[in-house]
Amino acid sequence: MSGSRTGGDDGPLVEARDLTFGYAASPVVEDVDLRVERGEYVGIVGPNGSGKSTLLRLLLGLHEADAGSAELLGHPARAFAERERVGYVAQDVTEDEKRMPITVAEVVLMGRFPHAGFGRVTAADREHAREALRTVGIEHLADRKITALSGGQRQRTYIARALAGEAELLVLDEPTVGVDAESVDAFFDLLDGLVADGLTVLLVEHDIGAVIEHASRVVCLNREVYFDGDPVAFAESDALDRAYGTNVRREEGGIVT
Amino acid sequence: MSAPYDLLARLVGLWSDGLGWVGERLGIEMLDYVFMHHAFLVGALIAVMAPLIGTFLVHRQLALIGDALAHTAFAGVAVGLFVNSLLGTGISPYVTAIVVAVIAALAIELISETTDAYNDVSMAIVLSTGFALGAVLISLNTGGLAVGINQYLFGNLSTVSRENAVLLVVLFAVVALVVTVTYKQLLYVTFDETAARVAGVNVPWYNRLMTTLTALVVVGAMQIMGVILVAAMLVVPVAAAAQLARGFREALLASVVLAQIAVLAGITLSFHYNTTAGGTIVLVAVAVYIASVLAGKAQSRRAGEEPLPTPED
Repeated sequence: MSGSRTGGDDGPLVEARDLTFGYAASPVVEDVDLRVERGEYVGIVGPNGSGKSTLLRLLLGLHEADAGSAELLGHPARAFAERERVGYVAQDVTEDEKRMPITVAEVVLMGRFPHAGFGRVTAADREHAREALRTVGIEHLADRKITALSGGQRQRTYIARALAGEAELLVLDEPTVGVDAESVDAFFDLLDGLVADGLTVLLVEHDIGAVIEHASRVVCLNREVYFDGDPVAFAESDALDRAYGTNVRREEGGIVT
Repeated sequence: MSAPYDLLARLVGLWSDGLGWVGERLGIEMLDYVFMHHAFLVGALIAVMAPLIGTFLVHRQLALIGDALAHTAFAGVAVGLFVNSLLGTGISPYVTAIVVAVIAALAIELISETTDAYNDVSMAIVLSTGFALGAVLISLNTGGLAVGINQYLFGNLSTVSRENAVLLVVLFAVVALVVTVTYKQLLYVTFDETAARVAGVNVPWYNRLMTTLTALVVVGAMQIMGVILVAAMLVVPVAAAAQLARGFREALLASVVLAQIAVLAGITLSFHYNTTAGGTIVLVAVAVYIASVLAGKAQSRRAGEEPLPTPED
């Protein structure tokens, strides 16, 4: 790990205060307070259109907040420059429109690009990428074209990209959309392992059952925060019903909306 | 003329002497002509630049941007000819073409950034505006000017002068240098714009850069390819390479190799059968593309026989 870290070493990795975004009459995200400490595994759940992805984009500094503040590793999110410290995995971009020829190894190496800047990618960068592929268990697929992989394998590739960059905070936006059920289980097991190794995870996920099972903390959002706390307490609370309206069925082994 | 120009002109002269010597030794008739030496030099440079930029464009689904900018470059040519006939100046129409195409390139980005229009809508607007402006300006000019316009529309091997060759070398150096320095950022933006933004890449800036480079390549290639067919060099070899390559670097390399084949064979055929160069090159490129599709299909059929190994998931 490089030693020139300028913030967030003891403080929270993510800190939002009174965060508001959207049209004045109908904010998408309103008065959200959120702190993510190092080592936490925070799952954000909420119905479709509840502002989950918008909140992530605000926290990542991709949008300018209309009110309140968002800080990333101790810096204002919009001005945050140490981008290699944050990894990002979204819904699979190669799924529908992208048929671009690119290998798994090339994608993972992108995680090193913020380190390299305008300079060359070094042998050490490649070693980091190989190591990351080993960690997620797809080293043998390094030279495959990414579009030849399954959805689950592709998501492992994007995790590896974040790990190659030595990210301290991993932000995932509905990463399991379009991934088959069996691979989803393996995907969450992989995340559990990474958290156990010290990675901080902020996850937006539609599968509430998986979040309750795996995350160390649940944030239930529907424009505002309806719940923020322990997953077991969340499962027993009425926050879900309030946030989702009354359409939530509780089924054996999980909660389905 | 300035010292850098003299140096480049001398380099082009050396290239010409070299090819002339080779032609004499091997008895290749078309290498007796200096304009063919220039045509091969310009063609080879185009066949590196165009697929290089085209690979980034095609995989961002911006294949049509080259076409739009070529038509604005035509307006630039018309502006140059118009100003020359009005003021009696001797500005190269290629220089005005570069200026107008770069302005148009930035306009396309501005339209997409500031309006909600789809990218292809802003491109269609710029394309039509460019061609309309060119057509009007040319019709304003009286006399023989309209006759000379064919060479810009369809390209012409025999008019490739030493000055044009030098201009191409300069454009090539600029494009190659910029892509080398910003390769990682361009690749990241091409593959995944949102992830690139999270990684700290200034995406709008690189979009503008990419479009500006496209304008330079289009004007550079216009001389031989002509306004109407120049975009093909940005797209066809890239599409062919995508059929064969697994990786991005591999695809870049393959597209350059395939473009070289198309340009060299196209120029040679064009000389021997006295056909228009741009059209001949594009037809060869399309033949290469079809061959690549067939080769790619055969390749994936072989690969399909061994199932993809899955890890524990």
